[in-house]
Amino acid sequence: MIPSAASLLRALRGARPLALLSALALLGGCNAVVLDPAGDIAQQQAWLIVASTVLMLVIIVPVMALTVLFAWRYRQSNKEARYEPEWDHSTQLELLIWAAPLLIIICLGALTWVSTHLLDPYRPIARVAEGKPIAAEVEPLEVEVVALDWKWLFIYPQYGVATVNELAAPVDRPINFRITSSSVMNSFYVPALAGMIYAMPGMETKLHAVINKAGNYEGFSANYSGAGFSGMRFRFHGLNDAQFAEWVAKAKAGNGPLDRNVYLKLEQPSENVPVARFAGIEEGLYNAIVNMCVEPGKMCMSEMMAIDAKGGLGKEGIRNVRQLTYDKHARRGAVLASEPVVVGAICAPPAPVRQAAAARPAADQAPLTGAGLPRPGASATADAKPSRPTNS
Amino acid sequence: MDTHPAAALSPIFGRLSLDSLPLHEPIVVATFIAVVIGGLVTVGAITKFRLWGYLWNEWFTTVDHKRIGIMYMILGLIMFVRGFADAVMMRLQQAMAFGGSEGYLNAHHYDQIFTAHGVIMIFFVAMPFITGLMNYIVPLQIGARDVSFPFLNNFSFWMTAAGAVLVMMSLFVGEFAQTGWLAYPPLSGIGYSPATGVDYYIWALQIAGVGTTLSGINLIATIVKLRAPGMKLMRMPVFTWTSLCANILIVASFPILTATLVLLSLDRYVGTNFFTNDFGGSAMMYVNLIWIWGHPEVYILILPLFGVFSEVTSTFSGKRLFGYSSMVYATVCIMVLSYLVWLHHFFTMGSGASVNSFFGITTMVISIPTGAKLFNWLFTMYRGRIRFELPMMWTVAFMLTFTIGGMTGVLLAVPPADFVLHNSLFLIAHFHNVIIGGVLFGLFAAINYWWPKAFGYKLDVFWGKVSFWCWQIGFWMAFTPLYILGLMGVTRRMRVFDDPSLQIWFVIAAIGAAIVAMGIAAMFIQFFVSFMKRKQLADTTGDPWGGRTLEWATSSPPPDYNFAFTPVIHDLDAWADMKKNGYERPLAGFRSIHMPSNTGTGIILAGLSTVCGFALIWYIWWLAGLSFVALLAVAIAHTFNYKRDFHIPVEDVITTENERTRLLSAGA
Repeated sequence: MIPSAASLLRALRGARPLALLSALALLGGCNAVVLDPAGDIAQQQAWLIVASTVLMLVIIVPVMALTVLFAWRYRQSNKEARYEPEWDHSTQLELLIWAAPLLIIICLGALTWVSTHLLDPYRPIARVAEGKPIAAEVEPLEVEVVALDWKWLFIYPQYGVATVNELAAPVDRPINFRITSSSVMNSFYVPALAGMIYAMPGMETKLHAVINKAGNYEGFSANYSGAGFSGMRFRFHGLNDAQFAEWVAKAKAGNGPLDRNVYLKLEQPSENVPVARFAGIEEGLYNAIVNMCVEPGKMCMSEMMAIDAKGGLGKEGIRNVRQLTYDKHARRGAVLASEPVVVGAICAPPAPVRQAAAARPAADQAPLTGAGLPRPGASATADAKPSRPTNS
Repeated sequence: MDTHPAAALSPIFGRLSLDSLPLHEPIVVATFIAVVIGGLVTVGAITKFRLWGYLWNEWFTTVDHKRIGIMYMILGLIMFVRGFADAVMMRLQQAMAFGGSEGYLNAHHYDQIFTAHGVIMIFFVAMPFITGLMNYIVPLQIGARDVSFPFLNNFSFWMTAAGAVLVMMSLFVGEFAQTGWLAYPPLSGIGYSPATGVDYYIWALQIAGVGTTLSGINLIATIVKLRAPGMKLMRMPVFTWTSLCANILIVASFPILTATLVLLSLDRYVGTNFFTNDFGGSAMMYVNLIWIWGHPEVYILILPLFGVFSEVTSTFSGKRLFGYSSMVYATVCIMVLSYLVWLHHFFTMGSGASVNSFFGITTMVISIPTGAKLFNWLFTMYRGRIRFELPMMWTVAFMLTFTIGGMTGVLLAVPPADFVLHNSLFLIAHFHNVIIGGVLFGLFAAINYWWPKAFGYKLDVFWGKVSFWCWQIGFWMAFTPLYILGLMGVTRRMRVFDDPSLQIWFVIAAIGAAIVAMGIAAMFIQFFVSFMKRKQLADTTGDPWGGRTLEWATSSPPPDYNFAFTPVIHDLDAWADMKKNGYERPLAGFRSIHMPSNTGTGIILAGLSTVCGFALIWYIWWLAGLSFVALLAVAIAHTFNYKRDFHIPVEDVITTENERTRLLSAGA
């Protein structure tokens, strides 16, 4: 199945320009960014849309044509057509009508299996574009994304800067996004760059992508998150290296440092927020956000889970609940729920966990295959699989 | 929106106060005035024509599956108008809110509208429609006199209606949820949705859910136990088969919804942490659970309509259905597979590639039996003599529309493609394409097909065609732009837009919605005109289309007891077989017929449930307790009601049957 899937992929890839052309002709005039994006990952996803559509049209077109044909040919007024009121079975035909969709689905299923593994957002990317592998010395850009009510916070740990509602990345440099949310579910989506992934409170999701063309693109939340949802938009700038350095410098000259207190203010609900820039990010802020312990005195989820993993605190743990003077819950005016409580921190806040560059898995340079599939020309090596969104 | 802390709870009224009435929202106030005037006129008319007794005795307390079926359809139609009004408001807002304009709806209002639209269309339009249809047709198709549990049937209907009442109430007292139709936490938790909206949502669905689950149990029991002698499983009409599968899905999936909503209520009412952010709650669990119910729900809606298309195609092609057994197996396959695909609703939540591909591929696999069904209808038309009456027109329109919707659905099942199309307007266009193209077109086919059975006269063809063409043109005009917008990366539930180049597409979609509105209006005109011309359009034979299944063997409308003698079945398409073999209708030897008695308990229980739900929504604890105790008391008291049945005297049966004989000979 695997070789056949690979050859199928190749065969379909051959049909790509033609298919893309017809799809674009169909949408002539409008800016269908999903079909014509500027990032390699989104490009492959667009190709997949076109390929699957073409594959399905193989059966859809005949069915629709036959529907019209039969409806016309066997109309009551056409006495020439054969009429066989008792004919209700034909083994060959029935085999055909089950087999034909089955065949299409086998092809599509193979395509799905391979492409889902290749384009898994958790998989570090191995190429910048078709035929352009990542150079060994390139260090991916790390971006920590936090969905707030109702704006986006982007933290650049490598540069010590952060921005609100503005994202930038150098062209052709891999970007590793780590994504979370402060309150409710959102979805982080830049159509020109790559597919979306949910941003969820207390959890972290990941996305690996690269932008290939300089430009100014749109990004937004693609999951409804409350009253200010429509205004949760930001611009994503694809920049060349010099422009990016300039952009970082501009951020450094921005609104000052981002520490826990500034963050707690920023986190409060606000709508249609203009771009803001910060330089000097408090160590471990992002981890505290993911672990929901930015507020002083709150136990981090990582700590809680570590305690639970060792058997928990038993009934004594119940006492370790304390009231918050400020909490996200209270801000929208809960009526019935008791005063907001949280699990209190037991120890001093943990030393900030540094995301050492060494801890990051090296970008996968090998030719693309599905995760878990043996590499062409190499013995199967266990892929270091990135962890899934769990309460991190 | 600005509700304030627990201190505001009154011991008598809970959190209900004059501030709860949306007096500051002119749109709502105007609607309220219109509803009050309309309501007064209706009540006045009923009183003037002294119809209260008739309505109570003949309709509200009835246990006749046919009348309950009709009441379900009426409920569905009323709620359809409400749900469609929501759709029109959304289309208008999105067509206007460009270039710095905020449109005419604020977020508070707009977010309620899109939530209400989804909830109403699924739970209070589509569900009553299909339940009503199954209620009416299934007992007739299997040669039964009623469903297995006639009182339960009446109770189920009123519970569904009670849920609808609560949803409608939220329009004028308090507010509805602003969460989207599945109310994902943490947004739907008490912290982020402290007002009454989500509570209205929870209790409306819980109360209606009781009705749906019970009616599912009832119809399964009916199909399994009450088939006429000789009707083996593989001789059941396809509509009965698809109804059986749909009801099995209901019984197996609605409890999951109930449990999920119970957990959410516990989070909201007593401060548990199943789905919260803190204290170990996981919103992902809710998303999984709600879709484990939600995906089978999609098939609950579409399967009965697949049955309708089978009946219609075979009848109007004047032919046996092609590949009956493969049709049945396909239905059963779909029923089983529909439990294995739920995760495709959230590929973007970060599951692993293997998990995503598994659910993507199982989703695609469903398209195989669905495709087989489509071919079966196609080959039923092949070598037939197709009469393009309204039901057949809707069926052909379905085959063309649904195919496109199915294709975009399979496309969305490819996880990497879903990453760029999830939650986009492409998705919206897709599921409207299958739900309108499948469920609604099917319902229109069914209404046109079985109307003469239910009322004794056919529907007017001219207005039916007007409605048909308005729907075809309007549907594609409203949703093609949404497909395109989805490919332009536009996401759903947006209230205002930045990019002015998008506006034209929204304007086209709004015009499409206006054309659909004309289609709906034409349908109501069709009902009215047909009623006025009922003498002309009358069906005296009971078999106006040359039908093939048992419901056409009895008169139109059928007598209370459906069949004077239970028919004996020798073949699939029992009525076609009877006609072919020279069936003679018995004219003598009638006996009195044992039937269930009407009871008001169903409507009383549902009324008390509504009160209880309302009290829980507003934290009026004493009333909630009181109504719940009353609920139990009435239910227990009802078990002591031993006058549950009666016999239709033989003279009445003879009179009814002689009247039918007269009509038949007059028509011949």
